[in-house]
Amino acid sequence: MLIKRSDDIKPSEITDEKIYHQRRAFLQAGSRAAVAVAASAVLPGLMFPGEAAAQLAALQFKKNARFSTDEEVNSLKDITRYNNFYEFGTDKKDPAKYAHTLKTDPWNVRVEGEVEKPADYQLEDLIKESQLEERIYRMRCVEAWSMVIPWVGIPLSALIKRFKPTSKARYVEFTTLYDPAQMPGQKRGVLSWPYVEGLRMDEAMHPLTLLAVGLYGKVLPNQNGAPIRLVVPWKYGFKNIKSIVKIRFTETMPDTTWHLSGPQEYGFYANVNPDVDHPRWSQSRERRIGEFFKRKTKMFNGYEEQVASLYSGMDLRRNY
Amino acid sequence: MFRMKPVLIKPLVFIACLLPLVFGIWAGFTDQLGANPIEEITHRTGDWALRLLLITLAITPARRLFGWNWPLRVRRMLGLFTFFYACLHLLTYFVLDQFFDWDEILKDIIKRPYITIGFSAFVLLIPLAITSTNAMMRRLGKRWGQLHQLVYVVAVFGILHYLWLVKADYLLPLIHAAILLALLLVRVWYQRQSLSTRRPAPQTS
Repeated sequence: MLIKRSDDIKPSEITDEKIYHQRRAFLQAGSRAAVAVAASAVLPGLMFPGEAAAQLAALQFKKNARFSTDEEVNSLKDITRYNNFYEFGTDKKDPAKYAHTLKTDPWNVRVEGEVEKPADYQLEDLIKESQLEERIYRMRCVEAWSMVIPWVGIPLSALIKRFKPTSKARYVEFTTLYDPAQMPGQKRGVLSWPYVEGLRMDEAMHPLTLLAVGLYGKVLPNQNGAPIRLVVPWKYGFKNIKSIVKIRFTETMPDTTWHLSGPQEYGFYANVNPDVDHPRWSQSRERRIGEFFKRKTKMFNGYEEQVASLYSGMDLRRNY
Repeated sequence: MFRMKPVLIKPLVFIACLLPLVFGIWAGFTDQLGANPIEEITHRTGDWALRLLLITLAITPARRLFGWNWPLRVRRMLGLFTFFYACLHLLTYFVLDQFFDWDEILKDIIKRPYITIGFSAFVLLIPLAITSTNAMMRRLGKRWGQLHQLVYVVAVFGILHYLWLVKADYLLPLIHAAILLALLLVRVWYQRQSLSTRRPAPQTS
């Protein structure tokens, strides 16, 4: 790991007390999660690995009502036991069963590419300068189901400003951890590992775009992409890359994993759009988890007012 | 080979075929169908329709390869249970998934290849179920056998339906496809054998 040394300690580098405590909570959460995981390994069957979520430490955050929906939130149980995270298996029950092997502490994120300050960051250092916010977002999966999820995180734009991308940076590329020992799903070539996702720079800088480190006020459970994951609420769920270890600024559009897997079916943009069907199924409606009747899918997943201007003049049928 | 009392075979297989349904209902009442129960029910009923179809098609190869004759007694029952789970699968889609939204259902059947082929497989199963009675077998005579060759088309369609709906992990549909292929190859092999043993028969004119 690279740690930059400086001879003088500038006032800006001294950790604020509040942030210090927040960081403590974050670290303790990690060790507590480890204890929970150990317990579940010792007592197989007695404790569902997903239960570790209940033992994760609370985070300090402020609620961001302006960016939150007031729709009914899905239960922690549904959010933590029904999701796609192919690194742990292709069944939506697999992440909760198998993600306990992921070690999230310590965790480094490498920042590189077209950026003034390429570096390896420890996770705590990455988030310490920002106030954590809770944002309740809709999440629409490309498989036509949806949830409402209370994330805790920081706007990606705040981090990007600190990294100081160069004028050549037009895209941001994110990479998930590649370690088949920790992520057994990577032993099978279902997708081209490691998982890669990307955003156009203006999408990455949009105030709605979040890097989440928590869920339901607590540290993010492993199966939901711990310790740090992307949340872009107007795009299909697969854009929300999990367990990020690398952020790279590039001049050219990144080759993203699902696009490589099925170029006709999954585009780079992957904006939620009820009028552009997946070639094999309709995207006009969705089943909100917990509801019986399907509901109509909204343009940009209901965030049209905030994000439509990013795509003005673009043919969204071609740029799916 | 083990010997089973012939009278017991039918009731035992009947009960075994009902177990997936019983477990499914149990899971439903104890909240074990997960966050998306409709999807879970759709998958379970579809899985069992396909599994029972492959088991039904395994009976003739099992007789040829191992000399087992007892499964022949339950072949019709297994075929009808295949139809039963296929009906549940389709009903789940019509009622729970789409809630009688016939417009959407029709669009799906026309536009979505995996639904088109899955629905076709179901439609082709209907005449097989209707003509499964002894009376129908007698009435149709030789044509009964010809009609029931359709089961191979149904099997291929069923597996294509599975293969075409999967997002990236083709392992399970391919395992089903491999089993079907093996079962068909055994049939072809024995058919060739019986043809070649028949050929040397002297021709009389």
